[in-house]
Parts: sequence; structure tokens; C-alpha cells
Amino acid sequence: MTKTWVTPGGVHPPENKHQSVTMPIGHLPIPEKLLVQLSQHIGAPAKPCVTIGQIVLKGQKIAEAVGAVSVPMHAPTSGTISAIEDRPIAHSSGMSGPCIEITTDGQDLWIDHDPLTDYENASPEALLQIISEAGIAGMGGAGFPSAIKLNPGSRRPINTLIINATECEPYITADDSAIRERSAEIVEGIHILSRILGNPSKILIGIEDNKPEAIEALKPHVADTGISVVSFPTKYPSGGEKQLIYILTGQELPSATLPADAGMVCVNIGTTYAVKRAVVNGEPLISRVTTVTGDACGMNRNYETLIGTPVRHLLEHNEFNSDACSRLIMGGPMMGFSLSSANVPIVKTTNCILAPSYSEIPDDEPAQPCIRCGLCAEACPASLLPQQLYWYAQANDHDRLEAHNLFDCIECGACSYVCPSNIPLVQHYRHSKGDIVKVRQEKVVSDHARSRFEFRKQRMELAEQEKEAKRIARREASEKAKASAGKKTAPVDASNGSAAPASSSAADIIAAAQARAVSKQVSPEQQQAKFERSIAGAEMRVQMAAEKLAEADASLTQEQKNTLDAALEGAQQKLDQAQRRLEEHLEQHKELNEEQVK
Amino acid sequence: MIETIAQQPMLAALIAMVGLGLLFGALLGYAAEKFKVQGDPIVEQIDALLPQTQCGQCGHPGCRPYAESIGKGGEINKCPPGGQATINAIASLLDVPAPELDAEHGEEADVKTVAYIREDECIGCTKCIQACPVDAILGAAKLMHTVIMSECTGCDLCVEPCPVDCIDMLPIEDGIKQWHWPAPLKVADLIATDRTPQEASL
Repeated sequence: MTKTWVTPGGVHPPENKHQSVTMPIGHLPIPEKLLVQLSQHIGAPAKPCVTIGQIVLKGQKIAEAVGAVSVPMHAPTSGTISAIEDRPIAHSSGMSGPCIEITTDGQDLWIDHDPLTDYENASPEALLQIISEAGIAGMGGAGFPSAIKLNPGSRRPINTLIINATECEPYITADDSAIRERSAEIVEGIHILSRILGNPSKILIGIEDNKPEAIEALKPHVADTGISVVSFPTKYPSGGEKQLIYILTGQELPSATLPADAGMVCVNIGTTYAVKRAVVNGEPLISRVTTVTGDACGMNRNYETLIGTPVRHLLEHNEFNSDACSRLIMGGPMMGFSLSSANVPIVKTTNCILAPSYSEIPDDEPAQPCIRCGLCAEACPASLLPQQLYWYAQANDHDRLEAHNLFDCIECGACSYVCPSNIPLVQHYRHSKGDIVKVRQEKVVSDHARSRFEFRKQRMELAEQEKEAKRIARREASEKAKASAGKKTAPVDASNGSAAPASSSAADIIAAAQARAVSKQVSPEQQQAKFERSIAGAEMRVQMAAEKLAEADASLTQEQKNTLDAALEGAQQKLDQAQRRLEEHLEQHKELNEEQVK
Repeated sequence: MIETIAQQPMLAALIAMVGLGLLFGALLGYAAEKFKVQGDPIVEQIDALLPQTQCGQCGHPGCRPYAESIGKGGEINKCPPGGQATINAIASLLDVPAPELDAEHGEEADVKTVAYIREDECIGCTKCIQACPVDAILGAAKLMHTVIMSECTGCDLCVEPCPVDCIDMLPIEDGIKQWHWPAPLKVADLIATDRTPQEASL
């Protein structure tokens, strides 16, 4: 008997597992329509790679993985793609999500598959590739893509492989019945996993002692293989990853670390079966064992269910009485979520459909005030302080919630189960977790906006500075040009001696001043030329305006004519002005010349 | 010299005290220069709490100037996009009572919005591009403009300058990715006198 450790907290709700294990795993007729949800796993939803109207075979890939954390989807049976659109999906929000609908043809024709018989000689990379292509995501509940989990990298060598066969939640017997009937294949799957992980020294199958048949079924297959089946007392929630690791190894994983950091990998037993089918039989993950149970169903049983089967189809084949059903739950009574519609499909993580009667799971009683009894703290398997978290959650005190390790809560619902005041504690924590995540995301967005705003401000300042620099440069250049023009004209005038005699030093200054005055003006000849040019231009403009007026005299409206007239008049005025200026200039010049001559 | 000092305890004490005073004074003076706090740290903290829409509804040209005005003792209830949550956060940072949002600056929106340009109506005037505080509008003169939705803060500063009114503020619909569990119903007040009259009549 291997030593096991006892986790803190935990509860013992009525197990209700016996109802659904009286019969072997059944098979249902293929439903008319299957709805394959594109987001059945943690990570990015898969991208459809088929078109509407396309005929697909069983096992054919219908959606590709997108990015690293994603898995592909395969057609669960043969048929025609009849829709690719948003439908209500298996999600606690009751919202819609992208789905592929297949109208089945009842033939159940397989695509050619490619089994790998000697996996013992295959490389771990090749095996991982097969698992990734087969679309296997963790079948215990979270749906994490298995190929990623099984590839922790060379920096984290794995010394312990833990197979989770705990199935601690009431009602669910999917793993139990699978082990009873398929233990040989499951153990083969474990061997494959062991090969992928580089043959870890310890391989443990953790199973609660309420499944003696399953333990007996496993034992002959694990004899002399190095795999040990470890059974431990039944308690909810022993099947949480961290809880199971503690029970089997006594090792407590720190907050926010993965088992791989401690050299461990924890895989659900349903996943090992899927791995065996993928590698040895070449079949992608297109069906799983699902328990259909609850008093509102006349028959309680496990089924090998095609992924995408509507929940309604399962219920109809189990003498479902909708009047007696208090609610429809996907998953177990502790951690499952209520379905708003029976049309949602079975996904890769659906281990149970629970249709309880009103006496089994009555409607929620109204919550009463917390009396600080502390039962929740005793029940908490993560050793948190649920009553404190409850107060902080009500006050939206995110800092304190995080300081009290809200994110270590596994949402097992043990606290809500024991609460004598019927406070829906776990709902408060889920809400607060969502709130905190939202605030964190908003923080990222606002930081991004801030950096963009600041960058824009900087850019505009820079542009302004550049403009200013250009303005200054232009001003300096014009000043320099002026100064150099002054320097050039001044010595010429002085040497000519035309402005003033250059004999004495006092006269020098006067001469320079005069030269400056002259240089500010343009030389008389230049000015004359300028005036003549402007006269010529004005004459041309007058001419053009007159021509235009003459040309278009007939066709023009009065208004247009008026504008043309005005233009002509303006041009005429400019011409007159230019002529006047020239005359003035010539006169001035003449006087100046005469003075100089004198 | 040392002997004389040693013989006169009063002098020795005086020199020791003055010496120590000078030493520590020099140390403190050096530290004050060396480890001088750059900028105003409280402004940084306030700025980190603001939603960074840069909308200017508070009357300041951006979130940082508003944070600076709060740092100088201004009102903290002028940010409608942040709403009561931001006011509460700033109030708890500054340890002051949290006031209600000042209605003069606008009302807290229930849903976040994002600008959307009706592209066939856009005349390519670039006025909205100049108005956008976070460079979230793409386009050039006489060419169609469009909003980069992931960058838009929903400040609606681009709506006003548009000469043809082709910009809409569309609400962002929460998808399955944004969804999170709603808060459970409040614990009923069991004691009748605890209830407000309205609740009691129900």
C-alpha cells in the first residue's frame, strides 16, 4: 500500500454514482445533425477548413488549430457540412459561439487512417505531433491542449507522471466505467505518455476508493510495468490537480506554479484513452464517454458520445422527463454549469449531463447573512479564508482579494456546499475573479493608450521644434544675405567716390552710411528695369482681359461680364500705377544725376 | 593640541557635536541632491488610475494634466469615462472621501463605445485624424479614413470636427471572451427595519 497524504478541507456530498454504472457503456444512434463547437478548449478557437455543402468523412479534419494553444476539430461522423455559424454553445454564459453543423448521412464512413503500431520506437516529437493533430485537449474539465502539456521542454525534466482517475465529483462515472471496460487500452495510453515524457521514474494512477471495480480492472494490466495504482479515501475535491499531487506525493505546489515546474505532469485518465486511440488506431478525438444521469432521466447510463451530439439527443434516449427536471447541468453538481438550452452540443470536456429532479437539487434558497461560523474555512481544500474573501468580494476590494489569494481558489464549491446561510460563495469568487481579470485587461489597454498619446505629443512637439528651427534658419539666412549685399555695394560706391569724398576718416563714416542707404535701395538702373518689367506685365494683363471680354462677349451672362469688366479695369489701373511710378523714378533719378554732376 | 582638547571636556564635547553635525549635514545634503525625486510621484500614481481616453471631458488637455491638477489639490470627480470606480480608486489613493461624479463634465457611460467612420461618406478632410489623441485614425487627405478599433479609446473627440458627420460612436458588444460571471444577488436584509421603505413594500 503506497503512502498517501490527506488534503485540508473537503466535503462528503452524497455520491450518487451507483445509478449510472449498472449498465456497460452504451452507444446511441447517430443524431441527424451534429454541432461541432470550434472553441472546446482553452486557447484560440479553431478555424474552419471546410465549406458549406462539402461532404466530409468520419475523422476528417474540419477546423485547423490557430496559434500555439489551440487544437483542430474533426468530423465525428460522415455527412455534409450544412452550416458554419454562431450557435448557442456549451458555455456558462449561455452565449453563442462559432460552430460547424454536420448533417449526418448515417453511413459513418471513416476516412483512411494511419495507425502507428510500434509507438515504442517512435520519437516523442512524432508522438506529440500525432496527439496535436488528433485534436486532443485535456478531458478532465479545463480542456488544455494535451500536446502542450506533454511537452514541458528540456529545462523541466519530468520525474513523475500522475494519471488522474479520481473522479471525485458526485454523479459522474464516465472515467469509472471507461476504466472498467478499457483498462488495457488506458494502460497502453499511459505507456505512450511515459515514452513522450522520457520515461519518468514514477507513474501513479490516483483513484478514489469508491471505485473498487475499476481498481481491480487496472491491476492485472499494471503488474510489472512500474505503474502503481494508488487508491485513497474518497473526499471531494481530491481530483483537483494540486490536491491530487499533494495526496499522492505530499508535495504542495506553490501558488501560480505548474506541476511541470516540480517535475510532474498530471493527465486525466480519459485523455490517456484518447491518446491510445490516436496513436495506435490513428483515430482523432471525435467521441468521449459521457454520463447521462439524474432523477429526471428514466435511465442513467454512460455513453460513448460523438462530439457535437446535441444534449437533447442524449436526453431523448434516456426517458427524459422535462417536467420533473429542476435544471439541466453540464458537468457535475458541484462544478458544472446550468444550460439554458438542450440544443447545445457535447464538447471534448463534457463528462456528464445531469438532469436532476426538484428533490435532488432544489432551487437555490435565498442567501442569508454570514454568521461567521467558519465552516467554509474548514471545508476549503486550498486553505483559503472564504468568509474574508466573501466580504472583500462584496466590497469589490480587489487588492485585499488578491492579498488573500483569491486566484488560488479552485472554484470547487465546497464552501458554498457547507454554508449554513446558503451564501453562493463560489459565485462571488467567480465574479470577482472575472472583475479583476477585466480590470487588468483594461489596465493594459489604458497603458497602451497612454503610450500612444505621449508618443503623439512628442511627435507634435518635435514637428513644432523643426518648424521653429526652419523659421529661425530662414530669418538668419535672409539677414546674412542682406548683410553681404550691403558689404558688396558699399566698397564699390566708396571707391567710385561718387557718393562722398573718401579722404578723411570722418567722411568715411558718412560714406559708409550713405552706402548703406543706397544699398538698402536697389540701384537706380535695377529699379528702372523692375518698373519696366511690371509695366510690361500689366500691359499684357490688360490685353488679355480685353481679349477675353471681346471673345466671350455674346455667350456671357451679365454677372460674368461684370467680373471680366472689373478684371480689365483692375489691370488697367495697375498699368497706370506702374507707369506713374516709372515716371516718378525717372524724374528723381534725373535730379539725382544733375546733383551729382554739379 | 589633542591633549588640550582632551583636558577640556567641554571643548571636546563641543567639537564632537559640531563635527557630527557637519558630517551628517554634508551627508544629508549630498543625499538630497543624489536621490532627488524626479517629477511628482503622486501624479504618476493618479495618472495610472485614469482610463487614458484622453477625451478632455474633465477640462484638461489629456489624462496627465488632469492628474497633475489633482496632484495640486483639484477635484477628483471630473472623469466620466472612468466613472465612480476611478473616483473611488483615486479617493482611496489620496485617502479622501469619494465624491459623486460631477455631472457638469458628463455622465458615466454604461457601455464602452468605439468610433466608426461611415467610409462611403468620408470626404478625406483629415480633421478627425488631427483630433484623435491616440493616432487611432488612419487615412490621408482626399482619401478615405478609417478607425483602428483596437486603438480607439472611445473619447469621441473626432465626432465634433467631422464636417459631414460621418463618424458614429458604436457600443462595443461583449462577446464570450469578455463575459464573466455576474455578481450573485445580494443577501436579503432579513431584519425589516434594515430594509429601505421601497424594498419593504415589495
